[in-house]
Amino acid sequence: MDLKLDHHSKDGIEIVDVEGEIDVYTAPRLRELLIELVNNRFYQLVVNMEKVEFLDSTGLGVLVGGLKRVRAHDGSLDLVCTQERILKIFRITGLTKVFGIHDSVDEAIAARRAEK
Amino acid sequence: MATVELSFTALPAHVRTARLVATAVARRSGVDESLLDEVRLAVGEACSRAVEGHQLHCPAEPVRLALTDLAGRFEVEVTDTCGPDGLTSGGASGAVAGEDDPEGSVHAVLPAGLGMAVLASLADDVQISATPAGTSIRMSWPSAGSSLVR
Repeated sequence: MDLKLDHHSKDGIEIVDVEGEIDVYTAPRLRELLIELVNNRFYQLVVNMEKVEFLDSTGLGVLVGGLKRVRAHDGSLDLVCTQERILKIFRITGLTKVFGIHDSVDEAIAARRAEK
Repeated sequence: MATVELSFTALPAHVRTARLVATAVARRSGVDESLLDEVRLAVGEACSRAVEGHQLHCPAEPVRLALTDLAGRFEVEVTDTCGPDGLTSGGASGAVAGEDDPEGSVHAVLPAGLGMAVLASLADDVQISATPAGTSIRMSWPSAGSSLVR
């Protein structure tokens, strides 16, 4: 399945819904969306990966790039992911320590609010 | 002789096809369902790396993928023709990470060659060797034997 991207605001945080496969072919589209959001001054992001079927290191690079961009504006980029197959690559690479990874969008928003 | 051989133009769009073919043949070869995600990810990382290398060094040359059903093992070989610098010209993540952050500071978190590290952690047997034309990545997983000949 190709990559589907959508985004909407919830409680002042921009939620990015990602569906499909994030790989060397599709990752540039996600990168462009994250750049566009940051350029439009959305610095609090939650990337919902519940419908992501595949993620490789190229996709990880894009997520880390997005995190760096929002952090440059004192922002945040949290992830929503409960799928073991996706979480595994975050564990392998040690990125579970870099991203806040949550079980639901509401939990991610609540965690972000609690940090403020 | 490989069970299935695939040769594809070095374009990112074809990496998904390579993953799908490898996963299908692995399943047919009796690789346990619990390992198929690892096969899919490892093949994707190896092919992404080869495609990126080819786009830098030899875009007209195809990337080759060989899938072999051995006795009790399912073996995958991804062969590139990127020349001797292929291994050091960035990994599956390196080129994109660099593009993503022109300052290169993203490498402090995501080093170039991360894809190779991911790959090495997925297959329980990985051999990377230089060929006269480039690099060969050979990896394998246990299998229960082919259902193709039954």
